[in-house]
This record gives sequence, C-alpha cells and structure tokens, in this order.
Amino acid sequence: MTNPTLEVAAEASGAAVTDTSASTFDTTKARRQSVVILRRFLRHRLAMASLIVFICLVLFAFIGGALWKYSYTFEDTSGGGRYLAPSGDHPFGTDALAADSMAQVLRGAQFSIIIAFVVAFLSTTIGVVLGALAGYFRGWVDSVLSRFTDLVLVIPALVLVGVLSRNSGSATSGGGSGNWQIIALFLGLTLWTSVYRVIRGMTLSLREKEFVEAARALGGGVGRLVFRHILPNTLDVIIVNATIAVSQAVLIEAALSFIGLGVHPPNTSLGLLINRNELEITLHPWLFWFPFVFIVAISLCANFIGDGLRDAFDPRQKRVRT
Amino acid sequence: MLRYVIRRLLISIPIVILATFLCFALVTAMGDPLGDWKTAKPRTEAAVASEEAIVGYNQPFFTRYGHWAVNFIQGDWNRNVVPGDNNQAVKPQIMSALWVTAKLVLFAELLAFVVGMLIGVISAVRQYSMFDYTITGIAFALFSMPLFCIAIMIKSTAPPLNNWLQSIGFGRWITTSGPPIGGYTGGFWHQVYQFTGVYTLPVICLFSISFALYSRFQRGSMLDVLNSDYVRTAQAKGLKQSRVIFRHAFRNALIPVVTVASLNIGAVFTGAVITERVFGWQGMGTLIVKAVTNIEPWMVLGWLVVTAIFIILFNLIADILYAYLDPRIRLD
Repeated sequence: MTNPTLEVAAEASGAAVTDTSASTFDTTKARRQSVVILRRFLRHRLAMASLIVFICLVLFAFIGGALWKYSYTFEDTSGGGRYLAPSGDHPFGTDALAADSMAQVLRGAQFSIIIAFVVAFLSTTIGVVLGALAGYFRGWVDSVLSRFTDLVLVIPALVLVGVLSRNSGSATSGGGSGNWQIIALFLGLTLWTSVYRVIRGMTLSLREKEFVEAARALGGGVGRLVFRHILPNTLDVIIVNATIAVSQAVLIEAALSFIGLGVHPPNTSLGLLINRNELEITLHPWLFWFPFVFIVAISLCANFIGDGLRDAFDPRQKRVRT
Repeated sequence: MLRYVIRRLLISIPIVILATFLCFALVTAMGDPLGDWKTAKPRTEAAVASEEAIVGYNQPFFTRYGHWAVNFIQGDWNRNVVPGDNNQAVKPQIMSALWVTAKLVLFAELLAFVVGMLIGVISAVRQYSMFDYTITGIAFALFSMPLFCIAIMIKSTAPPLNNWLQSIGFGRWITTSGPPIGGYTGGFWHQVYQFTGVYTLPVICLFSISFALYSRFQRGSMLDVLNSDYVRTAQAKGLKQSRVIFRHAFRNALIPVVTVASLNIGAVFTGAVITERVFGWQGMGTLIVKAVTNIEPWMVLGWLVVTAIFIILFNLIADILYAYLDPRIRLD
C-alpha cells in the first residue's frame, strides 16, 4: 500500500479535496491517505471489535489447539466416558466415541480458517488478474473471459467443487477427496467470478482516465499501466472483496463437507463435525452448537471487518472523524 | 421487444451447447466409475473390458461426447452404469427428483418473494425504526448462518412440536422424512394435512435464506427510489403518501428485485441440495450427492446439464423481465 498511488486514487474520485480541507482544521500538516484510512478503520467500533474477536479465534484455534491436552483424533478416547456434558476437564464435552470435543472443534476451526484464507487469496488473485486483462484489452479478450465467467456461473459452486474434487486424492469412502488442499484449490478456482466482474468494470472506466493516458503517453507498457496505475486504484474494492470471500469460503466449505463431498477424516473441518453430530442436537446439543458458533463467528467477523474497511476506504465517509 | 427477446434467445443457444461440453469435461474429470469395482477384488481382463463397454469409457473423449449429445437430444440420457447401481435409466430418475425439488423450491420462493418484498418496503418507508432494525438484524443473522445449520435447527423443533400438537389433539402433524412414497392417502382434508405437514419445515428453511436477500434488496432499491426527485415532486404536489409509495415508488423499486429473484436460482438450487440432505427428501440434492459419491457419470452429467439449462433459462428470464420493466435497456 504505497502512499502516492492511494493519493491518486482519492484524487481520481475527486474526494481528496474534502479530506485535506477537513484535516487542516485539526492539524497543521496534511495526513497521508493510508494514515487517514487506518484511523477511520481504528475508530469503526464494530469492525475493530470483530477484528479483535477474529484474532482471538485464530490464536485460540492454532495455539490452543496445539497446547490442548487431548488429541483431535477420533480414536483418542483417553478422556473418560461418552457424551460427557461440558465441564472443566472437557470444556466442549465429549462425543459418541468418548473423544474430546474441544480438540476436534479447534482442529476443525484451523482447517476452516486455512481453507478460507487460501480460497480468498486464490479467488481474489484470479479475479483481479482476469478482470484487469478483460477490462484493459477489451475486444475479444473481454468477450472470451466474460463468456467463460458466465459458463462457470452456470453450475452451482457447491456442486461444481464437489464434482471437481471427486477424483483427487485417495479413493476413500464417500465422494470428494479427503484432501483439504484440493478442496481449497478448487474453491479458489470457482469463486473468483464476482471479483472478476467488479475489477473488469472498474478497469474499463479507469483506463480512459487522464492519469492512465498520461502514463501511456510517457511510454508506460501494459504491465506498468495495469499494475502501477490501474490496479492500485481498485485496491479498496479488492481488499473488501477478499474479506467477503473469506466469509463465503468458510460457509461453502462447511456446506460441502456437510453434504459429504468435502474434506474427509483424517482431515476435519467444522462442517464435517456438524455432519457427524447432526442428530445429536436434541440429546447432546454441545456437539452441534460449538462447531456452529465457530462457523458463524468466523463468517460474521470477516463480514464486519469487510464493512469497516469499506467505510474506511470511502472518501465520502463523514461518520468517523479523521 | 420481440426482437430483443429473439436476440437474447439466440445468444443463449451457444451458451447451452458450451455448458453441456463443460459439464461433460467435469464428469470425465471425476475419474474412473469402475475404480472401486476394480479394486474390490481381482477382475479378469474380459470382465473389465465388458464393464468398460457398458460404461462407454473405452471410447475417446469426443466420440463419447458426440454419442451422448445425440442421444440426449433424442431423449435417451443413458443409464446408471456402476456395477451394483441397478442399471436404471437416468432420465426418469432425474425427472421425478426435479419434480420433487421444483415443488419445494416454488412454494418457498413465492413465499420469500412476496413476504420479502412487503417487509423490504415497510423497512424502507420506516427507515431506522424499531421494525427496520429488527428485520436488518434477522437478515444479517440469516446471511451469516450456514443454511445446513438453520435446517438442522428447524428440523430439531419437529419432535417437541409434534408432542405439543398431539397433546392438543391435532396428531403428529410434522413429517421430517420427505413426501410419503405411496402418495398422500385418505380424504381431501387428510391429504392437505399430510401435505402441509411434509412441506412446512423445509419450506421455512429455504424461505429463510431467500427472504433475507429479497427483503434487503427491496429495502435498498426502495430507499433509492424514495430519495429520488420525482417522488419528492409527487409529494410536493400534494399526493397522499400511500399513493406516492404504491403508485410511484414501489413499482420502480420492484425492477431490480425481480431481476435478483431470477438470478438467485443458482443459490436456490444449492439451498435445495442442502435442505433435501437434512430432511431426507428424494430430490435433486440427494440424487447428485449419491451420484458423485458413486461416480455415476451419466447421472451426474444429466443433473449438471438440467441444472445448467435451468440457470441459463432463468438468466434469460431476468434479462427479458428487466427489459420489459425498464424500456431504457432494450433501446440501446
């Protein structure tokens, strides 16, 4: 996030004027755009609270999961009886095989979080690159890419990933590969379409702007124009979309594992845990509610952080003092 | 208008053809349908060859696609080919599953559209009221909860609800195992009783996600319209508020929502897959999960193509509706 490009971004949308004039009342020197955005985000209460909760969740899942005394494998039955209600020894209770539930939930959360980040990174990268290409070159490149996007959208993502990942990995019982990497890869290869559309649209309009024309007149090549001048101006949209992709990926991966086409043991995920304990909701509710709370918490936090970022990037935003 | 419709129809034909090809490639990527059968126990080469001839995988990719496409158009969608899957024809299975799913989706979507529209309009007109905040909160909660969790929760209310209904003499009304296999029995009112008992919970389940989307969208578009100049003009010339809202604002605010509803078909299909899985319905969802698990190539292919055609069709309907409702679109 380099400073000059963001200033260009603000000028391009014609809003830097209000920002600098507002800040001259408070301070003697103008603030850098990145500082302004960061401050806006820091003062967004809901987004900051979500960020803190999210960081705590990640730390809890990874460090807590590593330090926790019980193993996450279903075979580890050293904890005592079956279906023990939550207690000091088993904060999340135990399941039908007398395995500790907290160890499993933390393990599942680790996988869900990693998958979500891989998917968000992959889908955003693919969407941004293809979108910029289509928007910059227009013509047949745009036609081909856009028709291809239409085709990807013709099959529901859930089924598409289920079918794609069926063959990979070992032929375990049930559909889908047991491999979380494969699931993450194919989810990333499927969920880029919304980013693609947004970036394509923005590139189409940005390439006609004067500063891009100026850069082209100075002899800038395609790579320089796209990566130094056009894409930095879409940075806000890219970041916001990436956080939304995290939340989307968590939900879709959970659903996929739930219907039995996603990850399989020995890998685990929150969706798989709910699949295993679906019928326990009335008699042993803790087996359902803990994974559920983790899924919802991850997806909600990602959504709220995205909201806060969008507000922080919005130059017309007046609600938060800069 | 007619020219616009014809042009859009013609554009979607190559998309359908490309989509079938994409589906075919996907199915091939699923792997060898005989994988499990071959490794289950040692097979003779002759047995392997005859099974492969049944599956059709002994021929090259494009030949298989050609065969399949010609037969598909003529109504022969091939059969179940994995040993042990009874060699049933694919088409009747998909058609009966489609009918089950279509009824479920239709009820839920109609309800979600009407209720979501009304609620959205009310929250826009009474923006920042208690009602608006409550609806916004509910919609946000529904958005961030995975559908399968909502479905499991809704399903878990059935036993206590049934116990209570029985105690007031209404019988065990709710059924959570799908429509009865032999059809509904008894007199008309008994059939209605069975029917509603079967549909209520899954419909609520599918309703809940679509409702969240439509009500949010309707609220947003209604707010846009309410803040526009012509609405202010209508108010300024002294029209009654109800007339401004329903005659001037509402009709324009409906345009984007109608489109969103048509484009939502993909999400609805996904929702149906999950809802059916939870409630044990023998619909499209159960069919595809089983077919992918067994690597049943022609079944998966038929499913994907039918779904793709439906989605393309609804995108087409969205375009045409949009052009019909907003004349500026088709004049370009």
